[in-house]
Amino acid sequence: MKLTKLLTTAAIALGLATGAMAESHGGKTKVGFVFVGPVGDGGWTYEHNKGRLAVEAEFGDKVETVFVENVPEGPDAERVMTQMALDGAKLIFTTSFGYMDPTLNVAKKFPKVKFEHATGYKRDTNVSTYSARFYEGRAVQGTIAGHLTKSNIVGYIGSYPIPEVIRGINSAYIHAKKVNPDVQFKIVWAYTWFDPAKEADAAKVLIEQGADVILQHTDSTAPQAAAQAAGNVYTFGQASDMAEYGPMPRVSSIIDNWAPYYIARTKAVMDGTWESVDTWDGIGKGMVGIGEISSAVPADVKAEALALKDAIASGAYAPFTGPLKKQDGSDWLADGETADDGTLAGMNFYVEGIEGTIPN
Amino acid sequence: MDISSINPILLLASLIVAATPLLLAAIGELVVEKAGVLNLGVEGMMITGAICGFAIAVNTGSPVLGLAAAAVGGAVLSLLFALLTQYALANQVASGLALTLFGLGLSALLGQGYQGVKPPAFPQVDIPLLADIPVLGPILFTQDPVVYLAFAMTAATWAVLKYTRAGLILRAVGENHDAAHALGYKVVRIRVLAILFGGACAGLGGAYISLIRVPQWTEGMTAGIGWIALALVVFASWKPWRVLLGACLFGGVNVLQLNLQAAGVAIPVEYLAMSPYLITILVLVIMSADRSSAPAALGRSFHASQ
Repeated sequence: MKLTKLLTTAAIALGLATGAMAESHGGKTKVGFVFVGPVGDGGWTYEHNKGRLAVEAEFGDKVETVFVENVPEGPDAERVMTQMALDGAKLIFTTSFGYMDPTLNVAKKFPKVKFEHATGYKRDTNVSTYSARFYEGRAVQGTIAGHLTKSNIVGYIGSYPIPEVIRGINSAYIHAKKVNPDVQFKIVWAYTWFDPAKEADAAKVLIEQGADVILQHTDSTAPQAAAQAAGNVYTFGQASDMAEYGPMPRVSSIIDNWAPYYIARTKAVMDGTWESVDTWDGIGKGMVGIGEISSAVPADVKAEALALKDAIASGAYAPFTGPLKKQDGSDWLADGETADDGTLAGMNFYVEGIEGTIPN
Repeated sequence: MDISSINPILLLASLIVAATPLLLAAIGELVVEKAGVLNLGVEGMMITGAICGFAIAVNTGSPVLGLAAAAVGGAVLSLLFALLTQYALANQVASGLALTLFGLGLSALLGQGYQGVKPPAFPQVDIPLLADIPVLGPILFTQDPVVYLAFAMTAATWAVLKYTRAGLILRAVGENHDAAHALGYKVVRIRVLAILFGGACAGLGGAYISLIRVPQWTEGMTAGIGWIALALVVFASWKPWRVLLGACLFGGVNVLQLNLQAAGVAIPVEYLAMSPYLITILVLVIMSADRSSAPAALGRSFHASQ
C-alpha cells in the first residue's frame, strides 16, 4: 500500500472518530475540556475530569460538557479545540502546559469563544490562564521526604523541564535540605506526562540507585506500584490523592482541586461577566490540598509538616524565602526576601545544592 | 557523575523486562504481516489483553490464568478485525485503526473498578543450575516465565517460518495469495489464524505490562508501545531475530538512558531521551541494507472470485 493512501485513510478514520462528538443543544452552555491523558489515569487528568463532573452537578441541565482525552501536545490539539469551538462550545479548558500556543492560535480564530489554559503564561482577550501553586505542596512533601529518607537519596521523576516542574523540584529540595542537610536529589526526566511503563521504569531505576523516597511529577500511579513492589520505599500521590496506595508506599499527596474554579468560570460565561484573568491559587484558597499523612510517618514529622502547611495557607510563610542561592552560587534571594510571582512563573534554574543541569 | 551507582546486572535484567512486551507484540504482528495482512490494531489488542489479564488474575488470584485470559482477549478482539477484513473485505488500514480506538475504549470500560488494585504477584522462576552462572545467570535465568516464553516464541516463529511446510504456506499466502489459492490453500482461513495468533501475542504483551512490569491497571497504560511494535516489524525487515534485537535495543537503551540520567552523567538529557528511537532505527536500517522487502501481498484483500 502506498504511504499517501495509508496516511489519507488514517486521517479520515481519525476525523470520523472525533467528528462523532456530541452536537450542541439549544439553550445550554457548552463547555469543552481537552485532556492530555485518559480520565482514568488516577492523577492529573482524573482530577480535571472531577472538576468537569462538578460543573455538570452544579448547573445540571443548563450546561453540557464535552471532553476529548489523550490529546497529544502539539498541532493535533489545535484540531481538537477547533472542532470543539465549531461544535458550539462557549468555554474551553485546555488542561496541559503544552497546549499553550495551540490554545492561543485557536482563540484568535474564535474571538467569541472563551479559553482557559492551565499552567501556562500567555494570555489574550479571550484566553485566561490558571494554575495552582503546587510548589506549596512540594514544600510539605520535601519536609516529610527529608525526614523519612535513610539513604539520604530522594528520587524525583520529572516530566518535562518546564518552570512548573522545576519550581516543584526546587521547593521540595529546599525543604528536604532544611530538615536533613545530607539529602541528595536524583532527578530523572521521563519526557512524558503519562506512560505508566516508562514511569515505572524510572522509579525502578531510582530505587536501584539507592533512592528510598520517590517524588513524581508525572500523572499515573505506576511509580506507586513500582515502589510498593520494591518495599520500604516512600512515595507521594501526585495531582490526585492516590489513597489506594496508602499507608505505604504513599505517605501523603498533593491534590489538585479544580472544581470551584471551573464552576466559577462557567458561571461567568453564563452571566456574561467572563474576563481574561490570571489565577494562581495555592493551599490557602484550597486549589492545592495536602492528602492525609499516613501512619507510616512518625507523629513529630507529621506535626511539623502540618504546621508548615498551615503557615503557608495563612500566608505567614512563603516556600521560596531567602537566603537562597542559585545552583551556580550566585545570590537569588536575600535573607527574609520572598520570590515574586514573575520569577516563579518563569523559573529556569535550580537552587544551590541540586546536582545536574536542566535540559533545554 | 557516578557511573558506579549503576549495577550492570540489574540494568541488563531490567532491559529484558522492558523488551518483553514489545517483543511479544512484534512477533505476533510479524506473523500477521508475513501472511499478507496489515493489522494496525496492535495497540488496541495490547490494551485489551492488559485489562482482560489483569481482571482475571485479580478475580481468580492466578496470574497464569490471567495471562491465558489476556491471550484469549487479544485474540477475540482480533477476530473482529479478521471478520471485517477477511470476510467483509474492509480496508485493512481503516479497520486496524478502528480496532485500536475500539480496544482503548473497551479496555477503559472493562477497567472500571480495577484502578489501584494490586494484582497477584508473578513468581520469578530461577532455572536450576543456569541461574547460578555468575553474571549471565541473574540476567537471563532469574526472570519470570513470560520472558522465557517470549524468547522461546521468537525462536519457534523463526524455525516454523523458515523450516516447516506450515511456514512456507503462510509465507506463500503473504507473497502471492492468488498463487496460493490456485495451489489449493485456504487463503482466508490461514490469514484468520495468523490474525488470531497476532491478537493473542499482543494480548500477552499487554498483560505483561499490567501484571508484571508496572504492575497495576491504568487506562491507556500501553501508551503507544503497540505502535512501536508495528514500526519495529518493518525496521526489522520481517525477520524474527531482528525483531528480538530491536526490542532489546529499544528497551535496553530506554532503561540505560534513565540509569545514566539518575547517575548524573553529563550527556544532555534531551539526547538521552531520544536515543532509544534513534539507535534502534539506525541499527535496524543499517542491517536491512540487504534489501529484504515486505511480503508482496501485504495489505491487499483477497477474495476467491477476483
